[in-house]
Amino acid sequence: MKYLIIVSLFVSSICFSQGNNLKSQKVSFNVKGVCEMCKDRIENGTLKLKGVKYVKWDIISNNISLIYNSKKIKLDDIHKEISLLGHSTDKYTAPTEIYNNLPDCCLYETLSIH
Amino acid sequence: MNKILFLITFFLVSNLLSQELISGKVTYINESNIESNLEGVSVYWEDLSYGATSNVNGNYSIPFSASSNKLIFKFIGFKEDIVEIGDNKKYNHLMVVDNSQLDEVVVNKRKKTIQKSYFKTQNIINVSSDELLKAACCNISESFETNPSIDVSYSNAVTGVKQVKMLGLESPYLLITEENIPMIRGASQVYGLSFIPGTWVESMQITKGSGSVVNGFESISGQINVELKKPYSDNPLSVNVYSSNMGRNEINIHGNKKFNDKLSSGIYLHVNKNSSINDNNNDGFLDQPTSKAFNLFNRWQYINPEKGTVSFLGVRYMKDDKVIGENTKDMAFIRAPWKGGINTGRFDSNFKFGYVNPSIPYQSLGLQMAFSKHDQNSFFGSRNYNINQNSFYSNIIYNSIIGNTLNKIKVGLNYSYDDFDELVDVKNNFFTRIDKSIGGFFEYSYDSMDAISLVAGIRYDIHNNLGSFFTPRFHMRYQPYEKSVIRLSLGSGRKASNIFSENQNIFATGREIKINNNLGKFYGLDPEKAFNYGISLRQGFFINNREGDITFDYYVTDFDNQVIVDWETQGELSFYNLNGKSFSKSLQIDLEYQILDNVLFKSTFKNYDVKKQYNSGFKQNPLTPKNRFFTNIEASTDENENGSKWKFDFTYNWIGNQRLPSHTSLIDFKGSSPSYSLVNSQITRVFSNKFEIYIGGENIGGYTQKNPVLGGYPFGTDFDTSLIYAPIHGALFYVGLRFNN
Repeated sequence: MKYLIIVSLFVSSICFSQGNNLKSQKVSFNVKGVCEMCKDRIENGTLKLKGVKYVKWDIISNNISLIYNSKKIKLDDIHKEISLLGHSTDKYTAPTEIYNNLPDCCLYETLSIH
Repeated sequence: MNKILFLITFFLVSNLLSQELISGKVTYINESNIESNLEGVSVYWEDLSYGATSNVNGNYSIPFSASSNKLIFKFIGFKEDIVEIGDNKKYNHLMVVDNSQLDEVVVNKRKKTIQKSYFKTQNIINVSSDELLKAACCNISESFETNPSIDVSYSNAVTGVKQVKMLGLESPYLLITEENIPMIRGASQVYGLSFIPGTWVESMQITKGSGSVVNGFESISGQINVELKKPYSDNPLSVNVYSSNMGRNEINIHGNKKFNDKLSSGIYLHVNKNSSINDNNNDGFLDQPTSKAFNLFNRWQYINPEKGTVSFLGVRYMKDDKVIGENTKDMAFIRAPWKGGINTGRFDSNFKFGYVNPSIPYQSLGLQMAFSKHDQNSFFGSRNYNINQNSFYSNIIYNSIIGNTLNKIKVGLNYSYDDFDELVDVKNNFFTRIDKSIGGFFEYSYDSMDAISLVAGIRYDIHNNLGSFFTPRFHMRYQPYEKSVIRLSLGSGRKASNIFSENQNIFATGREIKINNNLGKFYGLDPEKAFNYGISLRQGFFINNREGDITFDYYVTDFDNQVIVDWETQGELSFYNLNGKSFSKSLQIDLEYQILDNVLFKSTFKNYDVKKQYNSGFKQNPLTPKNRFFTNIEASTDENENGSKWKFDFTYNWIGNQRLPSHTSLIDFKGSSPSYSLVNSQITRVFSNKFEIYIGGENIGGYTQKNPVLGGYPFGTDFDTSLIYAPIHGALFYVGLRFNN
């Protein structure tokens, strides 16, 4: 009986977390940035949004991959919040005053590479 | 109290020691072969503390980082460079155009051989394979001699076996895993570490304190995890040859082959032989056994990144034969000589499978299975000891998140089965036992680079002999400033004491073995249970633009129950359960400082207070030095273009007084051994990345214990080879070579 409890706890926790996957949306879009510092800013800032489960931003392609719970946050809000971190997305441009406060190496507009 | 105040002040003040700038110019060679300024290059420290971009003139300037000396230069279309910055405040960098974009990133960095992390929640020290090279030979138990977290000592005068201790406690209180599968336990407890050749090891992780719940309930004072080389990443061919003046010769050969992108396989062979008769202290007993050993390992690795799977399959066989005892070759006997032999055979196989869902990268599933068969047949004079253990272990772990990837969870199940068969020269001399357990665990970790992270785990095990019980473990890290870390850990652990296999040095004595049977499940004894808690403070600093750090570790292990191995009465050895208090308190202070670009200085002071209640009173643990001091200096010359350089390593150990159990032959010592020093050193000539030669010495001062074999007549009850506080053999010198292709 005791064995059964241990095993069923294990199985149910997997099922629970698989069930959660059904509510998850996976998206990918462009977020402007330059360096590893940008990566840290973008990833940490986005992960703090409620409903966002997973973030990965690629320096070379400037592509962000996200997994989020569509019942808790709208995609449009994610775009908006990221732009408020100072990094423009496909949909929203970062407000100038926030952009200007970015660390030197993250000023993607003045660095001609992207 | 004053000491604590001093520590806190030191902790705070050393934060104020840095804020200088490094600057320079970034250039590249343009199409017309002229060196020109490069604008827009990202320049930042590897720890992401500060970053900047080069301006129109290619100039950059950023503050020195407190925790990193590696500066990264990155720009699209150019090769990424990582440069180690010494004490220069100016550094100009030439970027190289990356035409292919597919070329591998050129990484030029020097890694420390022992790394302590600022970010990991647990107090984990990573030991790289470079550190293992510093001890030149041979197997893992010897490799710890250049590592201050682990103490190495001889367990007796005849078997040549070195025993490791951590936080003042013997190796059975450590959980020793091989790629996270519990490995050195039960029958292999004493000799097991010496059966893993050093060259097979990719890295080791040493965790102080109770460790994670994932690998089981057995760890009490800490964990050592050994990662072996992987066929996919190891060199196609490596050869290591070693020879010492004590007659020990070793050969290691590794071959790895990649069949395609996904499948690779490796064969690792280790052979050692010691046929020379050494009795330098002229006590009639061999200082080191004559021995021969053979160890063969075949491992397969399959990786499929598209499907997110990785798996390993390994099979291994080893055989080790030792002959110990009196020197019958050079001496004539009027009675039967005292001889002994230890013959061990072991078969291991394991299978691992990991799956990461490529579309949901934070969820993964891991499965591990291992089977081993261990057979030891041995005799020590007129005593026999045979042990046979069959062991099966399996573990399934599921990783996921709660909410987001900062909150990770692990849930899983373990099943383990062990059967033991022992033949011992005591009353009722056959012992058989089957241990079976199933356990479930849950571990939550809050994992971020921010100031606080924690790991909290609990497991529940149902064990046929230990009963059903919970094991909680908790670790926390708090990083108030960039270079300051405070870690806390707390947890419990339990184990069955395999009294004979863990204490095989009792057989090479004439002591009468007594077990105080109180109807427990393990040889009539109850299992061991302990709590471990500790605090670790680490403060990094910069003096003269060079990195250093100081660490204070204080750990306490408190036993609820323990199997006491009582050596206090001459001619007797008793096992009984603890009745009273038993604890181990350990303080360790480490100082590390990069004196010059190529010279690293490390120094450690350790104080152990290990006491327990014996039948004869509350006493300090015997043969455990109260104080120890350790210094290591490693240096190298600058590397030439072909990779050639010299490497130097020097270790000094001072070992303080140790309490000696009473024995009439030790009466001169008045109950405590003298303190002594040991010096090890090694010089390596690296000719290229492929070939190097090393030469070195251990115990160069030649300090030895005068009378390691006690009691006149080897078959009498006063005979004792186990009261060992110092090396038995004098200075040892060795030479060897390594070839990698």
